[in-house]
Amino acid sequence: MRTGWPTASMAAISLLQLAGVLVGGPLLVGLMRTVRCRLEGRAGPPVRQPLLDLRKLARRERTASDETSWIFPLAPLVLVASTVVVAAIAPLLATDPAYGWSADLFAVVFLLLLGSVALALGALDSGTAFGGMGASRAMTIGALSEPALLVAILALSVPAHSSNLPTIVTRSLAHPLWLATPERLLALVAFVIVIVAESGRLPVDNPSTHLELTMIHEAMVLEYSGTDLALIKLGESMRLAVLMALFADLFVPWGIATAPGPIHLVVGLATTVAKVAALGVGLAVFEVTVAKLRLFRVPELLAGAFVLSVLAVLSALVVA
Amino acid sequence: MRFTALVRRLRARPVALPPADPGAPEIQAAARRNRGSLQLRHVDAGSCNGCELEVASIFSPVYDAERFGMRLEASPRHADGLLVTGPVTRNMADPLRKTFEAVPRPRVVVALGDCARNCGVFRGAYGVEGAVADVVPVDLEIPGCPPDPQAIITALRGLAGT
Amino acid sequence: MHVSVTLTIAACISGLVIAAEVLHSGHVAVVHTTALLPFSGLSMVLDRFGALFVAVSAMVGICAMVFRLGYKGHGLSSRTASCVLPLFVTTLLLVPAASNVTTFLFLWELMAISSLLLVLVDHRRRSEVGSAGQWYAVMTQFGAAALLVGLVLLATHTGSQSFAAIAARSAHLPAWVRGSAFVLALVGFGSKAGMVPLHVWLPRAHPEAPGPVSALMSAAMVNLGIYGLVRVGDGLLGGGPAWWWLLVMTLGALSALFGSLHSATSSDLKRLLAYSTTDNVGLMLLGVGASGLFASTGHRTLALLALVAALLHVVFHAAFKGSLFLSASSLQQATGTRDLDRMGGLLRRMPMTGTIFLVSSLAMAAMPVLSGFVSEWLLLQAMLHGLPSADPAIAVAMPIGVGALALTGGLTALTVVKAVGIGLLGQPRSTGAAEAHEVGPSMRLGAGAMATLCLVFGVAPFVVVPSVVEAARSITRTRIPDPLVGGWQVGLAGVHGVLAPGLLALALVVAVTLVAGTRRVLQRAPARRTQAWGCGRELQTATMEYTATSFGEPLTRVFEDVLRPAHDLDVSHVAESRYYVEAARFHTSLDDAFERHAYHPASVGLGWWGALARRVPNGSIHRYLAFGLVALVVVLVVVG
Repeated sequence: MRTGWPTASMAAISLLQLAGVLVGGPLLVGLMRTVRCRLEGRAGPPVRQPLLDLRKLARRERTASDETSWIFPLAPLVLVASTVVVAAIAPLLATDPAYGWSADLFAVVFLLLLGSVALALGALDSGTAFGGMGASRAMTIGALSEPALLVAILALSVPAHSSNLPTIVTRSLAHPLWLATPERLLALVAFVIVIVAESGRLPVDNPSTHLELTMIHEAMVLEYSGTDLALIKLGESMRLAVLMALFADLFVPWGIATAPGPIHLVVGLATTVAKVAALGVGLAVFEVTVAKLRLFRVPELLAGAFVLSVLAVLSALVVA
Repeated sequence: MRFTALVRRLRARPVALPPADPGAPEIQAAARRNRGSLQLRHVDAGSCNGCELEVASIFSPVYDAERFGMRLEASPRHADGLLVTGPVTRNMADPLRKTFEAVPRPRVVVALGDCARNCGVFRGAYGVEGAVADVVPVDLEIPGCPPDPQAIITALRGLAGT
Repeated sequence: MHVSVTLTIAACISGLVIAAEVLHSGHVAVVHTTALLPFSGLSMVLDRFGALFVAVSAMVGICAMVFRLGYKGHGLSSRTASCVLPLFVTTLLLVPAASNVTTFLFLWELMAISSLLLVLVDHRRRSEVGSAGQWYAVMTQFGAAALLVGLVLLATHTGSQSFAAIAARSAHLPAWVRGSAFVLALVGFGSKAGMVPLHVWLPRAHPEAPGPVSALMSAAMVNLGIYGLVRVGDGLLGGGPAWWWLLVMTLGALSALFGSLHSATSSDLKRLLAYSTTDNVGLMLLGVGASGLFASTGHRTLALLALVAALLHVVFHAAFKGSLFLSASSLQQATGTRDLDRMGGLLRRMPMTGTIFLVSSLAMAAMPVLSGFVSEWLLLQAMLHGLPSADPAIAVAMPIGVGALALTGGLTALTVVKAVGIGLLGQPRSTGAAEAHEVGPSMRLGAGAMATLCLVFGVAPFVVVPSVVEAARSITRTRIPDPLVGGWQVGLAGVHGVLAPGLLALALVVAVTLVAGTRRVLQRAPARRTQAWGCGRELQTATMEYTATSFGEPLTRVFEDVLRPAHDLDVSHVAESRYYVEAARFHTSLDDAFERHAYHPASVGLGWWGALARRVPNGSIHRYLAFGLVALVVVLVVVG
């Protein structure tokens, strides 16, 4: 694990990861939407539709309600910035991006939490009932998914004796049998539930609902418009892409570039894109088959995820 | 569901629709701005719900307006403009103005149906304030009572630029 | 008033200088005098461990006194308060230096009494202050009694009351003496720190105390509970069997969960902060317990790491909690209320105080760039690296510790969003909030200094980490090398674990700037100010906003079985018909489960016992003489 200034190849890896997440996030959302539409028996918009939406939104007027403070325009910036930092330093395409040694899994989780807190504060700043409702629900779900997430990370860190992401990925590659152990499978299920909760997908939240009383994430952004809204939509799709890429990193890391070099990078990029696309398609198919949970059933789901994470840790200790 | 039914659903396609004629200059300018992405906020200013049924049907699997990049949005702040149905009743005049004010600029208003254009069969009724154009500036009118789903989609495609 | 403030600041500065010297050089400062106390004299030895706590208390004291200069609370301007406040701060500086049992207990009691007087300054104006004072007095005396018994037990069995002598001889004491002394110390110091189930005085006393006093109590006094526990557990007793530390960890986890749950569902701002103190004390106890557990099973490096994490959390908590209490007092003074449901829109009306509150709240939520992140990360790492372990106690305790820490972290994030979002943002919910204006410069300086420290510690923790490591080393008397390496980074020696808080902060700032620049390029015009979107309704008033109670409602519902909120619904009907409602009044309240189930029955029982006992002294001189005779006989028998 190197420290110090990054080399040119490491910087290139980081930039490639960043570009991939910036473009790939909206494409992933578009892919999931297309899969849902096809399963509903219609054609749906093209896969690149979210990029077209962003292109148009980026130039539209920004509005702010009279009572907002400087937090309202800052919130989208912090949301996107925290995701950008994670995309740049986490080992998504290769095990050695710039400053990859600082990509501690707990640090990544707290960075993503910073984005959520910023968005919730921006929602409350607008002083509307919807903003408060969205923030309250989103923070409750976030608070209850934290334990499941952190204990699942603990289960993954125990065999590697470290919570440093590149270390975990490198050791998983070296010991492929680890990945079929019960602790990995339990942590996998818990992780999936947490990803669904954190990125606001069915069955926790319906991203395309029009009924404000059923909204969780959408209610937080009802006041945002124009470039701010474009940044928020971009930030959210980037979060989804980063979470899925992290999931792929931790549970199915084969194909990730372990050495600098164009061929390794191309293979890494192709395999990561394929894995994330497969996950997205799987999640979209799952979304079509389930209905949204009542808000007060979601804590039960998250408590179940927590129990699975604890079981994962206990089985890690039994095996070790 | 059974495998054959799933395959049939996956292979289903909506009806083919002819492209739109280029409309008025403002509509063409909007189409150049939007370039394949159009979000509208629907406002029912007092309609009989006949036009609403047609709006619902254009997003159904048969007509599938979404394939042209169009979507209905919940918040006017997320929308490019308003899709207004019905004559504007007295109680809905102010809410319609407020909704129009809430849309970020540049904004368009689409008056859908004969009631939105000229109050239709409700002209002169005691609860009606006027047509949509009497309350907010209108950029595109779609005639019909109710308009055909194909006509609605064709008109909106002109706005979306697809 | 200015004389007392100047004296206090002078005392704090001298304390800080002495503490910094001790921490830096390792020389121990010793003072013995027989002048102040008869028989045993006052004996003080300041080692590195104590110096850390003196430095923390001094830092909080200076900022609180600067704040005091502008504070307009009526109670604090009385002569009593002006005399007692310097005394209180001085005891906070002296307790970590006490080196024998008598000095320690003397200073401890002095601290308790002076803080009690300061809590009670407002009692003529508000009746709740008297009740809060009563609870505080009873709990603190109960804790002091436990401490007295525990320390005297140790002193009698080792034959000396000096801490050094006790430390040298405690290893040879029988297990029951060591165990009882530890448990009594845990009870005594735990009640001072606000550990569950002895925390009930905290959410009553801290809100009722005036601003600077509540900051001192929460940011400096509760630390002394942790100081005492580690001093007795590691210093005097030299570590112990696993069950001690499992008990500490269990109570720590319970405190963390209970405190964070109640702060997430509280709508009184200062009560929210007081429960958050219980939460953070729980995290510190988790670290102390984990440290002792590792030491008892032989993992010395991990024990040191866990203790460093706990002590680092002590330092960082002092900074953000002190700043939070001071800025909350500013908000209370400006709006006239501490109810979050009546605040709002304060970030625009009080920009600097609002920003200070925001920064310290984010530090409390362990957000990157700020200090809480570093200490929580270190605590997580200490617990993580204990696994896998052959010892079943560690194997069970560490995952539960991580789970507890994770849940409190999530709930604290919710609490922070609630406190900042409802209190500072949106429309003002009352005329007091609408007419608030910024407080004076000294108040802003006092609170702002500590908020700046949160930022500095978060970006450059190396300014305090070496001192904390040395302090931890001195109390555990270990010779192992540094568990932490790295300058700007916080790296664990020997294992793969590194955190780069400065780098993350820099990356975030660069990213935010880049995104802001991109936004400016895409949309040059500023945001258009317009009325908020309210679905076209006529009015958009402040009553339509979310309140703190409604914000916490989903959480209250999820944890209904634990919290058991009380709902009262009064409906009065029109005289003519039962179907027409004239008025309806709904009242909901959340009280502390321990109070309801443990303390209330206990106080009822005590009242019964007291009523029974009152029948005994009936005024008859014969009965009193009989008592005296029986007592004399008993004492002669026992002593003989």
